Order: sequence, then structure tokens, then C-alpha cells
Amino acid sequence: MNKTINQKAWYFVIPVFVLVAFNAAIPLMTVVNYSFQETFGNNVFAWEGTRWFKQILLSERFHASLGRQFAFTFIILLIQIPLGIAIALTMPKKGWGVPVCLILMSMPLLIPWNVVGAMWNIFALPDIGFLGHSLNAMGFDYNFTQQPGDAWFTTILMDVWHWTSLVVLLSYAGLNSIQPAYYQAAEIDGASRWATFRYIELPKMKKVLTLAILLRFMDSFMIYTEPFVLTGGGPGNTTAFLSIDLVKMALGQFDLGPAAAMSLIYFFIVLLVCWVFYNLMMKNEAQS
Amino acid sequence: MSLELKNVEKKVGIDTHIYPTSLKLEKNTINVLLGSTLAGKTTLMQIMAGLDKPTTGEIWFNGENVTGMKVQKRNCSMVYQQFINYPNYTVYENIASPLAITGVKTDEIKERVGKVAELLKLSAMLNKKPDELSGGQQQRTALARALVKDSDLILLDEPLANLDFKLREELREELPKLFEDRDCIVVYATTEPSDALMIGGNTATLLEGKVIQYGKTLEVYNRPENLISAKVFSDPPMNIAEITKSGDNCKFTNNDIQWKSSAKIKDGTYKIGIRPHNITTYKEGNNPVEINGKVQISELSGSESLIHFTNGSLNWVSLSNGTQQKNVGENTKLYMNTDEFLYFDQNNRLVNNG
Repeated sequence: MNKTINQKAWYFVIPVFVLVAFNAAIPLMTVVNYSFQETFGNNVFAWEGTRWFKQILLSERFHASLGRQFAFTFIILLIQIPLGIAIALTMPKKGWGVPVCLILMSMPLLIPWNVVGAMWNIFALPDIGFLGHSLNAMGFDYNFTQQPGDAWFTTILMDVWHWTSLVVLLSYAGLNSIQPAYYQAAEIDGASRWATFRYIELPKMKKVLTLAILLRFMDSFMIYTEPFVLTGGGPGNTTAFLSIDLVKMALGQFDLGPAAAMSLIYFFIVLLVCWVFYNLMMKNEAQS
Repeated sequence: MSLELKNVEKKVGIDTHIYPTSLKLEKNTINVLLGSTLAGKTTLMQIMAGLDKPTTGEIWFNGENVTGMKVQKRNCSMVYQQFINYPNYTVYENIASPLAITGVKTDEIKERVGKVAELLKLSAMLNKKPDELSGGQQQRTALARALVKDSDLILLDEPLANLDFKLREELREELPKLFEDRDCIVVYATTEPSDALMIGGNTATLLEGKVIQYGKTLEVYNRPENLISAKVFSDPPMNIAEITKSGDNCKFTNNDIQWKSSAKIKDGTYKIGIRPHNITTYKEGNNPVEINGKVQISELSGSESLIHFTNGSLNWVSLSNGTQQKNVGENTKLYMNTDEFLYFDQNNRLVNNG
């Protein structure tokens, strides 16, 4: 076959190139630019090299917010994944219950994030909020605006309420793709409910669960709006996750250099964790 | 050992999936359930296994009423059209799984799995996972799981349907041998008449939730009780035409073709069923009769030639040996082997053949 050489075809790539440049490359490069320089007013910059990176990586404040971030993500994954699977397992597989459950499940996902934050803020207020007031009436000393433990509890509860549905929907789709013959075969073998789950349902759900964990990891690791509206990072800094801390640094203190360095480090952490996780899962996949 | 269905009926809502059916399957037999999709084969099997309860009627096993008894207590095994194996178990673990659950000792499991694996030519693959196997090997694994248990009842629900032609032929030949020395009842569901003939044993023809006829496979094939059973057990489809008989003379209603019949039946109008291989491009039998046809479709498979043709207002299908090249639209002569005609009365019951 003769190959036609047509360099003009490159022109067709230009629109995509421009688009990607404007929505990804240029903003990212601006951040890279800031991260290596000290910014003064009137667009005056001074080269600082890797100073901000070193400063961030060694700062206790960053360690603390990174620690909080990992703790938060770990806890919500630990709750949401098993809970999501458990709910999906109990959902009906046919009949009128299916659309009802699906709609109920997708409701929280459709609510804007700041509304979720505001909702839970009011819901949890110790004096007038239903949750806060009820807990206090039951004798718990609950005040999420003043006690760090309560703030964490409320933030986690909010995230579980908001996002478990995603895991449920993905697991439900995974479960529904299992042919009924598998269940019958297990029944004939005399397999217990647990064995059916462990050796049929779980392996068959592996792909959607990988996706669910990945999505929940990324979203929770970058969470901003909901805790910002709910607690504003407080009391003190106790619920200031990475993104809240980052915004405080960039826009509150106007430390653009360190903030830019922090965003890049933040970005690389997300990328690294996703890459490692994905490769581990895919490696297992290739083996089996 | 025997499995008996007594007036078993299955209704789901207002739909009847199985009409009242009585069937007795004896020990050491292979029983084919032959019928098209939605004929009720799978439902019937699930009722036999205890995966599903009949709406009315009883199931007796070894003289014991087992209606409503759970499948786990019935000692039966089932193989499906889809290749059902535990995805993250190795072949060995898969085959061993029914034994492991019932608490058989490791040594015995090893021995029994080894034996079955050898029988099904899986010995070299025991450490692989089902995903790494071909479709044929996956189905062999599923078969091995069914065999290792020494079940009283083995149900095979179109086990070859998802395999490609070569593998299907290969496994189909092996199947009857696998069950030869086993003390069990085998039920085999299929849509293919040729499967039933190759597997032998007994056959039940099914249509739309009814068992039409049950008996020795060859008998059902050669002497179908009625037209429906004959139709179910014929592939390519059977040719059916109306005839009138007076004395020895028979004549088609729709054309002038005549032949002499020695069939001892009263004069009158009948339907005849002619299997496609009894209309050929060459003469066969003692009383061949010529028929003119206009070729509609001509399919050659190498060893056989399938010719669809019209004669008057009727469509006919013929199946001849060898390569019989015909062009579409061509007028051609074919011969009907009148010895093999099946005569049905007005109620579609077989009155005589030959």
C-alpha cells in the first residue's frame, strides 16, 4: 500500500492543541511559574529556585493538613465501600422497588456541594439543628463548632451521606451483571451466603469496586466545598484538609509561592496514589 | 432409582410456563429434553433440581416425595449453557468445591478430582484460573464439577450451545461415555434434534410448556405420536402437505403427484410429514415419486446439499447427500421416498408410516 504524505493533516490537531493549552497546560504552567518565584506587587518576580518546595515539605503545618487529609480519606473509604456494597446487596433486583431505590440513592448525588455543606451545618447546629439538638437532648455533649471530635464526626457523617450512593450504584450495577446461573450453581453446591459473596459476587464486582475506590479516593482527597461551608476548617485547624489549607495560604495570606508549590505537591500525591493503586489492581487482573 | 414428576404444573402470574406434566425417568438413563427456546426445558430442569417449586403437582425421587425439598439436600448437579465456574478459584479448586463444602477429606478430594480431571482431559490445567482457559475447557471444568460429586441427578442445560462447532462435536461424542458407568439419571436439554439422536437414550419433545412425547430417542424420531412431536424432532423443518387416499392411490391435494401406498389406513384426507432427507435429487427407496420444483435457496455444506424449492403453492425443503449444485430459479426434478412418509389424521395423530 502506498502511504499518502499529507502534512496538512496537522492543521486539524490545532484546535485540540489550543483547547488543551488553555484549559490545562497554561493554568498549570502559571502555578509552576509561581512556585519557583517570589511575587511582589506590580508583577515583580524574584527567582527562588526550590525554596518554597523545601519550605512546604518541611513545614509542620503541611504535615498536619496532609495527615488530616489521609485520615479523612481513609476513614470515609473504610465506611463507604463496605456500606455501599452492603446496601447494594440488599436492594431489590426487580419490581417497583428498583426505580424507587435508584432514585432515592441518586438524590444525594444530585445536590450541589455547597448546599450539602449548608444543609448539614444547619442540621447539626447544637441549638436549633435537628441532629445537634437531638444529640444534646439525649445527653451527648455535642457541638461541632467547638469540639474537634464532633467536627470530624459531622464531616465524616456528611460525606458518608453524600457519597455512599455512588458506591451503592456502582456495586449494584456490578451485581446485576452477574448471571443468575452463578447463584444457582452456588446453591446446588450448597455454598453459604458468605461463600457466595466471597467467591462469586466480590470477584465479579472487582472492576466496578476498583473504579469506586479510585473515584472516592480522588474526590475525598480533593474535598473542599462541603467542609468549608460546614466547619470552615475549624474549630482551629482541626478539619482544615489540604485544599482548605491551600486556599487559606493562597488567598488568605497571599503566599503565592508556597501555595503554588503546595498545589504541585498536592497534585503529585493524588497522581502517585492513583497510579500505584490502578497498577496494583491491573496487575492482579493480569495474573488472574 | 427414579425421578418422577406427577402432574407438575408451573405458573408465573397468569402465564403458564409448564402445563401439567407427568414424566418418569429411570436410573442409568440419559434423557434429552428437546424443544426450541421458551419450550420450558430450563423451567422443567429447575423443578427437577429443586431450584424452583412447581405450582401444583409432586416430584418423587426414589419413591420419596421431594417436592419443595431444597436443592442442597437433593444431591444433584447442573451444568449451564454459560460456563459457570468460580472466577478466582483454580480449576482444581473449582472441581473440588462441591466436595470441600460437604467436608470430604483432602486425600479423597485429591483422588476424586484427579480422576475426573483425567476423564475430562483437564489434568494439565488444574492450576489455571477459568479465565485462562478456552470455552471448551471452561465447560469441561463445569462438567467435572458436576461429575465429581457422584450426584443422583445430573442436569445439563444446553451445555454445548456456547461452544464453537469443532469443540461441540468433540464434547458431544464424549458426553454419553462420561455417564456410561455412573449410577445416576442424566437430563440433557437441547434445541438441536441432532444432539438428541447422537446422545441416544430417551427423548422428550417439548413445545410451549408441554411435553409432547416421551420415549426411546429413536422411537420418538421414527414414530412420532403426532405432527407436533415430528415437527419438534426435525431439523431442517419437516415438509407437511395434505393428501387424499382412495384405495392404494394417494394424491397431493395441491398438485397432481400420485403414488401407491401400502399403508393400511382408511380412505380419506390425511396430512403427511416428509423429512427433508426423504426428498432428494436422486431416487431412493422402493417407490420413489418425482416432483418438480423451482429452486429458491440452495445451500451446500460439502457433504450435504440443502435445497429449498416451491411446487405450486407449497414450499419444500430437501436434503441430499453430496454436492448437488442448483441455481436459484432453476426448475429441477427431485424424488420423494414414499416409503418414509408419515401419515397423520385430521387430529394430527400418526396413523401409519411407510
